[in-house]
Formats: sequence, C-alpha cells, structure tokens
Amino acid sequence: MNYEIIVVGGGHAGCEAAYASAKKGHSTLLITSNLKNIADMPCNPHIGGSAKGIVVREIDALGGVMGKVADKTHLQIKMLNSAKGPAVQALRAQGDKIAYPKEMLKTLNSLDTLTIKEGMVEDLIINNNKVEGIVLENGEKIISQKVILTTGTYLKADILVGNTRTRKGPHGEKPSNYLSDNLKKYGFRIIRLKTGTPQRIDRKSIDFSKTKIEPGDDKLLTFNFDFPATYKIEDQEPCYLTYTNEETHKIIRENLNKSSMYGGLDDIEGIGPRYCPSIEDKVVRFSDKKRHQLFLEPESRYYDDIYVQGFSTSMPPEIQEKMVHSLPGLEHAKILKYGYAIEYDAIYPTQLNASLETKIISGLYTAGQINGTSGYEEAACQGLMAGINASLSIEGKEPLVLKRNEAYIGVLIDDLITKGIRDPYRLLSSRAEFRLILRSDNADLRLRKYGYEIGLIDKKQLERLIEKEQKINELKEFMNNNKIKIKDDTKEIFKKNNIDIPNMTLSLKQLIKRPQINMKLLEQFIEIPFDEEIKEQVEINYKYEGYIKKSIVEAEKLLKLEKKQIPDDIDYDKIKNIASEARQKLKEVKPKTIAQAIRISGVNPSDISVLSVYLKKEYNNHE
Amino acid sequence: MNDTICAISTSQGVGAIAIIRVSGQESINIVNSIFKGKDLTKVKSHSINYGYIVDKDKEIDEVLVSVMKSPKTFTTEDTVEINTHGGIAPTNKVLELLLTNGCRLAEPGEFTKRAFLNGRIDLLEAEAVMDKINAQTEKQNQLANNQLNGKVSKLIDELRNDMIQIISNINVNIDFPEYDDVDIITNEILVPKINNLKEKIKKIIEESKNGEIIKNGIVTAIIGEPNVGKSSLLNTLLNEEKAIVTDIAGTTRDIVEGQISINGIPLNIIDTAGIRKTDNIIESIGVEKSKDMIKKADLVLLVLNNNEALTEEIKKLYSSIKEKNFIIIVNKIDLENKIDLNYFPSDKIIKMSIKNKQGVDKLKDKIIELFNLSKIETEDPTYLSNTRSIAILKNCLKSIEDIEKSIKNNIPIDMLEIDIKNIWEELGKINGKYYDEELLDEMFSRFCLGK
Repeated sequence: MNYEIIVVGGGHAGCEAAYASAKKGHSTLLITSNLKNIADMPCNPHIGGSAKGIVVREIDALGGVMGKVADKTHLQIKMLNSAKGPAVQALRAQGDKIAYPKEMLKTLNSLDTLTIKEGMVEDLIINNNKVEGIVLENGEKIISQKVILTTGTYLKADILVGNTRTRKGPHGEKPSNYLSDNLKKYGFRIIRLKTGTPQRIDRKSIDFSKTKIEPGDDKLLTFNFDFPATYKIEDQEPCYLTYTNEETHKIIRENLNKSSMYGGLDDIEGIGPRYCPSIEDKVVRFSDKKRHQLFLEPESRYYDDIYVQGFSTSMPPEIQEKMVHSLPGLEHAKILKYGYAIEYDAIYPTQLNASLETKIISGLYTAGQINGTSGYEEAACQGLMAGINASLSIEGKEPLVLKRNEAYIGVLIDDLITKGIRDPYRLLSSRAEFRLILRSDNADLRLRKYGYEIGLIDKKQLERLIEKEQKINELKEFMNNNKIKIKDDTKEIFKKNNIDIPNMTLSLKQLIKRPQINMKLLEQFIEIPFDEEIKEQVEINYKYEGYIKKSIVEAEKLLKLEKKQIPDDIDYDKIKNIASEARQKLKEVKPKTIAQAIRISGVNPSDISVLSVYLKKEYNNHE
Repeated sequence: MNDTICAISTSQGVGAIAIIRVSGQESINIVNSIFKGKDLTKVKSHSINYGYIVDKDKEIDEVLVSVMKSPKTFTTEDTVEINTHGGIAPTNKVLELLLTNGCRLAEPGEFTKRAFLNGRIDLLEAEAVMDKINAQTEKQNQLANNQLNGKVSKLIDELRNDMIQIISNINVNIDFPEYDDVDIITNEILVPKINNLKEKIKKIIEESKNGEIIKNGIVTAIIGEPNVGKSSLLNTLLNEEKAIVTDIAGTTRDIVEGQISINGIPLNIIDTAGIRKTDNIIESIGVEKSKDMIKKADLVLLVLNNNEALTEEIKKLYSSIKEKNFIIIVNKIDLENKIDLNYFPSDKIIKMSIKNKQGVDKLKDKIIELFNLSKIETEDPTYLSNTRSIAILKNCLKSIEDIEKSIKNNIPIDMLEIDIKNIWEELGKINGKYYDEELLDEMFSRFCLGK
C-alpha cells in the first residue's frame, strides 16, 4: 500500500499532523506502536497554560484539532492572569486522560483519507537524500512521498527509578530501539534529553479537607473559535492545593543518594528541563524554602488517579511512599503509580528548516519531543505545521512559515531552528518579543486567513471571521462618533468608580483610553450594541493603542530584515573578518535571512555588518 | 582575516624611536626574511631580539624586534613589533620592505578590530582602545584605561543586574501564576525601583559629561572687536604652557589654533579666522561668522577693551553667548576705565592686562570653576566617554520617563515589563553583554518552579 504521507507516532504532534494532512485530502497513514495510546497524556493532565494556551488558540485558528477536542472533554477550565494585561492572559484546561484520547480518535476516524495502523518503525527508506517510505520491525516496507516523525519520548527510552534503568517508554511501553541509530547513520546529530513525572494517587485515599480547593472559572470559556462551550460551570472538577513540609524535605535529604539523579544512577546523560525540576532538585537548590506547593489534579472522570503536580521524582518506590505519606491530606494515600524520570533521544533542532523539513533528508519532517521540545501544546502545533507543510510540498506550494510577530508557533519554530536548545524547550511568554500582538483574544484575527488558504478552514468559518472584522471596524467608528457630555450627573457615576473627569465632552474612544474606564462603565451612559468579543477587541486596541503601535513598529523593523535574504549557496568561509564562532554557527544554522542570522547566539552585530556588506558586494540583486 | 597586516604604530614625526607592528599568521616569517640577527622563527615567544633590518645585504636600521606568539597578544594572532630609530625615512623604508615581502598595510583601527573579532576584547574595550590611541593628555589616558579595565562595564552590569531581578520576577508572575511563594511585583514595588534606576542612569550621564570633556577637551572660542587683545591672549596662554603651536585636526573638523592644558584637561582653542595672524581680518568677518564659532564652542571668551565704551556690536555679541559658558575678559585695565561693566554679571568678569601678564591665573581659576575641573581632578574617573554609549543611556532615560507615565495610567505590569526589558537589552548593548538565555537563566535559578 502506498500513501502520500506517513506520520510516525500517535501523540499530540502525530494526531495534528495526520489530521491536517488527511483533512487536506492526502492519503495518510498514522502508524503508532500502540493504538491504545493515541493522543495519550502520559504526564500532567493540563492543556494550555501561560503562552501554551495561546498556542492552542492558534492551532484552532489555523484549523487544527487540539482546542476543539479539549473543549469537549475537559474537567475544568480557567483564564490565567485575568488580573493582568490582555497580552498575558491564557486559557488552561484540566484535560480528561480517557475522554480526550477517545474524542481525538473519533475525530481522526471521521477522515476517510486517514488510515491508522499499529506497528514499530525501525528505519526509513532513503534514496538520494530523499525519503521514500518506512521500514517496520517485521521488515514490512511502506512507501510514501513524505514521512513525519513524531516519536515523542520513545526513541531509546529509558525509565529511571532509584538505581534501576529499564529500556521502556511511558506506561512501560516498548520503546523504539533502532530508529535513532538509523537517523544518526543518515547524518543527524542526536542528543539525549530527560524529563520526569510524579506519582499518581488513588483519589479515595486522600483527605481533601486538609487541602485548599482550586475550582475552575465561573465563566464559560473555550479554546475554539467555532462552537460555544458545552460544559456546565457547576460540573467542573476542582483541583486541590497542598504543601510539602520539613518532614518531606528531611526524607528527601536523607535519601538523596538513592535518587537516580543524585547518584542512584551514574550513567545519566540526558539534560532535564530547567522549568521542571524534580522535588529532589527543589529541596537541594532552594534549601531555604520551608515548603513547596503541590497541586492534586484529577486525571479523569472515569478513574481515580490523582496527579501530584510539583512532586516529580526518581526516588525508589519505598522512599516515594514515605515522601507521599508526609504530605497533609496524603497520610494514608495509596500510590497507584510511582514517579519516574525518562531519558530519550532527540534530533538537535537546528538541523531543521522553518517548514520542519529536515535539512539533510528531503521529504522528512519531524515534530514534537523529537525536536527537543516539551509539552503537549508545543508538540501539537509542530505536528500541525509539519502536516500542513508536507501537504503543501506535495501540492507544489510554498511552505507556511509563521513569523515571530504572527504567532507563538512562529516564535517556537524559529527559536528551535535558529537558537537550538539547551534543555527540553517550553514556550514562555518571555520568549515572544511581540507578545502584545500575539494575544489569546486575537488568534483568529491573526491566523484564520492562513487556515483558509491552506484548506483547513472552510468558507463559513472565514465568513464569520470577515464579519467579526467588519463589526470591529463598525464599533471603532461608533466609539469615535458617539460622545458623552460630562456634566454634574454623569460626573457622579464616574466619581462612584473613583474616576475624576472635568466637565467636557469626550468621545467614547477618548474615554475608554483613560485608566479604569471600561466598556461596562460606558454602557451606563449609552447602549453599545455589539457582541462581547467585539467590545473586547476594540477596548484592548484603544486602551493599549500606544503599546500596540510600538510593537507593530518593532515588528516592521524585523520584517525589513526578514526581507534581506541570504542565498542558500553562500560560502561563509569566503567572508573575511567574521569571528570564528560566528562563522561556525552560521554554517550550522544556515539562516535564510539577515533577521534570522541576528538571532543566532554567538553572532555579533559586527559579524552581521560584515555579512551584510559581503551580500551587497557579491549578490547585488538580493538587497 | 588570514592576511598579515602592518603599520607604524607610533605617531608620525620626530621621535627617539618608532614602532612598527605586524600581526597575522605570517608575521614572524615575513619579519625574519628582512632581519639580520637570530632566527626569529626559533626564538622564544615574548622575547626582544637585537639586530638589523636589511634590504638584501644593505642594512637599513639597527632595531629591536619583539616576537609575540599567538594567542597571548593584543590581536591574539602572531605579532611582531619592530623598534626602529625614529626618523621618517628609515621607518618608512622598513614599512615598505614589509609591504613588499607579503604584508598588507593595516586600515585605521584594524589591530583593534582584529582583537575584537578574535574575542580578545569586548565592544566597549575596543572603543576604549581607540580612545587610548587618541589620548593626548594623561587624564585622557586614565579614562581610557578605566574603560579598558571594565570599570564602566561593571557600572552597567550593576544597573542591569538590578533590572533583571525585576524582569525575571515579573516573568515568573506571568508564566507561573499559580505559584504563591513568589513575590508579586506591583506598582508599589516597581515605582521606587524604577526611580532608583533613573537616578543611577542620570548620574552616569551627568558624570559622562566630564568624561566627554576629558576626552574631547573644552572647545574654546576667543571673540571680540578688533584690537582688543585676542591674539595676545591666545599667545599668552600658549606661551605660558610652552605648548607646541601646530594646526591639528579637532573632532569637529575645525582647525584648532592651539591647545593648552588646565588641570590636565585640554583647552582646544578654535580658530577664529586667523586671529593669530592679524586682528584686522575680524572686521570683515562680522557677527555672523562669530555666531558660527560660538555654536561650536563649549566656552566663549569675550575680550573687551577697558578703555572703550560699550558698542551696539558688543551688546549683540554678548546676547549671542548668554546661553553658553562664557567669561568676559576686560583687557587693558592699566588704562582708564571707559566701559560700563554693570552690563555684565560680575561673577563672569575677569580683569586683565594681557600685555603685563596680569590676570592669567584668575582666568584659569575661573575656567576650573566653570567646568568643575577641580572635581574631575580629585575624583577617580569612571566616566562613560563615548558618544554611542551616552546616546543609549539618554534613550534609556527617556524610556524610563515613559514607564513612569504608564504607571500613572494604570498600564498593566506585564506591559511595563516590555519597556523595562527593552531598557535592559539596550544597556547590554553598551558593553555587548546581552545574550538571549540570560533572562531564562535568571528566572530558573532564582525561582523554584516546576511540575
């Protein structure tokens, strides 16, 4: 059987990749080592979070599936940072580890062009540096035009607990033992990364009265832009907050040498994520802290596992028992699964183009943890982009490359391919220099049109977007044209809200720019006949106009540099006066534009000016 | 950067010795090929070798040759320095020999550029070296040394360090909002920190003005009507200092008529259209031309004749210098007083009889007072003295003022963070210390976060 596109791996990256490719009408094979693990959430049960929640919105805007599946199945949802500015607000849902994969499978099964098959991929079929299919463990060969690798943590996965190392993937699954060696053989630089996960506790054995309840928001929220929320606010499942204590820390300190990471194992090469230290790390590095926060999070409505967020560890089971029992509310807790660390192989991501196609093997794309990222959302958005770009390539079209000022997805991919990684990469708002433009509320306005162009967003969805844009403009006009005359009676209403305005006539636009004035307050004077989402857009745009404009100006500067292309055939050895570190980095990353070259660490402004002069001299027409 | 470069590194002209510097892979081989003495390819690194520079068999000059092997050299490349016997002819002949034996003439500043590109010095240090090369007085040299030793870098680092504490804290508030043991940065916490930052930057800028004075000197214009004693004043000042009177190019491309040093600070007296040659020319120049000079000057000396009454012309001149640092010199006090001195502020008047060398010290004291030169003298100079850095600081100050406005307008803290981070990045450009992972390092080393 031949396919146009084969997706290897059924995690969050694989699902989006397979969905995008099949939805665009390409015959697609999704091959996974275990059908039961499609869209599995082996670690924390969250979907979204700071920056990540915006990515889920972006996936939805482009026509991906994560947001819709999460909306249909989550246990609770909240808006993070709701007290801060609009740029840093992001949704976070508590996913259901049974319902989410089930719903995802249903979504995938609805596509006629998609075949899902169980199997372990051992090698690729490569001809003249071009991929032509895959080879399974049993020797079976499957031919395709494109292959997308989304292998997650399964490449040479080792589970580490105490002083034992076992060649196993999450849930004790069989790992992929040969694929990464074969990738090395084709010339890829392979690195070893590491991550960890905490215990799962039986809900029935926890005394929640000793913990603090953390409910979902009391406002209906959705990731997706097309359907209203289907859950009931009161049906949301709460999370709970508890803390470690001196006793917990004493147990950890006394048994530190038994942890895999602190001497239990002496052959750990994997680099763990900085933002996700084990509890051992926290106790050692922040020894002055008397307690650490732990969140008890339900994993599903259909079983009793509670995830202990913040307690990731690689201590042996008997020590984990003691640690867990020292926690308030968990004195009699029954551990269903012990925490562990996992080591796995990944591809160093500067070996990728912005389309996520590898530079060495054409037709081969990679997405998700294999590219050194961490997190379901980071994986999903790369899967979506790989799926889109593999399809576009088959269609003979240019890849869709999102810029840093267009999407967090653009930031993520550009970071990966330009800067490489030091530890498993997580998206953070601080990584996005244009975060004021890359908001959760405007993901559809930023990206839907791309989704339509590539064929993942249909006509109706596009029309809704265009109508929204029109409404926004109408409301802007409305705000400009309608004025309020501030007299003694109106002044009273402002005064009640601690706002002091002199007697004068002001347009709604002028008023909304003032601190503390919002649409709701203005509606006490005048009816504003527009939907909430329209009012939200206009309020943000007017209130933070100065800041948004500044961001746009900065983004335009960047765009100018993005236009300065660096030809593929450039020979950096021929350029005199470039510092040697910069030369080596430029050769490795092969930046496509001057803007990208500037972002490479180790490339200094003086190198950039030398490079620019060289380009001008050697390639006049590229200016 | 593979070629070998050479240049005469001492200033051209008469001197006891001159030094020619050669840097690059082939430097030792090339010099060895024109050297009679020890085999330079076999001598120890950082050794000084006596011998002759020869053209075929003909001895050109008796020299000392320092051989310094990579990487412990200024450019980090193999470097040879040839000490010749001054004199333009032999030095140029040696240079010529080097050029015909495989060296390329270095472009201005190219040795420093190589040191920078090879990672030997950072951007700020590179600028300091350029300043050091141009340093004319001892104090300038000291300032350049300070910058080179990273004193200014340290000052900037301290500022940035204060800032990154705030920035990383705000970022942790944004990215990990569920953590309750991290301080939440509010306006109340932010305002004093921003204020402190502002004061520190202001202070550096304030002190940098002194830095600029040390580096560029005080550009001084002597103006006045014909025959009041402008040229005598100039000559008196110059003679007093026994300074060499030459035409040297100043920073503003004006011809500097002469340079004297007051408390180690150069006073560059700019040409007032040949005042030294004749006083009569001034008549044809008029007020317009004087205005032009006044604009360029840091200090204006208006010379008046005690023996003549005030004219409209003088009043016009005076009104054009009021905004400047100025001193009214009333010359010829040995003659009868006819001028109305109440027209000028008394603390700006210096009475002199230039002919009798009377009042010269008072004038110098006044200049010291006006420019706070005594303070510069006693203080350890850690000023930022290059224009690029000062411009960055001034921009930062403006951004801080914007932040203060935004705080008043209740702009959310995460938006203010964007401005603060920009300032932090800009400051990093001063000493080229900004690198991308710095913020993340700070976030994860200072705060305990994770699943």
